[in-house]
Amino acid sequence: MAEFFHMGGYAFYVWSCYGIAALVISGLAWQSLRDWRVQSSLAEELEKAAGGRVRRAADAGQQGEKT
Amino acid sequence: MSLSAAQRFHAYANPARFMALSGRLLAPLWVAALFTIAVGLWFALFNSPPDYQQGETVRIMYVHVPSAWLAMFGYAVMAFASAIALIFRHPLADVAAKSAAPIGAAFTFLALVTGSLWGKPMWGTWWEWDARMTSVLILLFLYLGYMALWATIEDPLRAARAAAVLALAGAINIPVIRYSVVWWNTLHQPASVFRMDGPTIAPSMLLPLAIMAIGFTLLFLALHLVRMRAEIMRRRVRALRLARASSGEA
Repeated sequence: MAEFFHMGGYAFYVWSCYGIAALVISGLAWQSLRDWRVQSSLAEELEKAAGGRVRRAADAGQQGEKT
Repeated sequence: MSLSAAQRFHAYANPARFMALSGRLLAPLWVAALFTIAVGLWFALFNSPPDYQQGETVRIMYVHVPSAWLAMFGYAVMAFASAIALIFRHPLADVAAKSAAPIGAAFTFLALVTGSLWGKPMWGTWWEWDARMTSVLILLFLYLGYMALWATIEDPLRAARAAAVLALAGAINIPVIRYSVVWWNTLHQPASVFRMDGPTIAPSMLLPLAIMAIGFTLLFLALHLVRMRAEIMRRRVRALRLARASSGEA
């Protein structure tokens, strides 16, 4: 096991590589999922507050010229 | 009900339809990505041989190479979506382009950092201003410039057009990265997987590399869908706020 972590003397390079990759990827995933939660709950709140008329207007605006 | 090709094309542009479809796809996509990466890591760390020249540092490859591929894949997605946005005005296209940028930038950053961590023990240097490394650094700056453009132009329609033009102009860098190891004399090794005459890498190393590459790609797609969904919601919030402001005035 110690030999495994030792990585033939290159432990620093190999484990830094895997550690930084794990950090960057999980950070990006966390930030993306949080953004989704924040934006969708904001949208829900605004829709509830606005009622039907404004929601229809917003939908029309978002969907462009769809016929 | 029969739709023309153009009508079908625009039917998929409907955010409601995209939201329903992506909502169903996301959970299986996350599971597949995490499972594939777990299997890939097991091969990469426990069940693949050290290299006869590079020893255990070869394990850096299983993170470095998939990151570098996705750095370029992300830019290809961004440039393609930007072209669709400019030509067809497809409403989802600039959402797709904008959402791909931070993911591509993250993988470009990882390719550079892991390359540096591999270069120090094997080449004796953290960094060299050679063609491959310099062109990938330019890729990172293109991503950051693209994201900065979105952040600085307030009107989403104008931001989308300016950013799309930048993305397309910068696409010239992708073949430069690909062929940099052929056109110039570089420290970086030439391609060993996607070659005309087949891979030159040992099968015992190709297997973990392929699994990690598939896992990273699935992860990219999952992150891309999450970011696209968040961006669509951001636009909905903006539309609702504008609607509220104008109905308040009336």
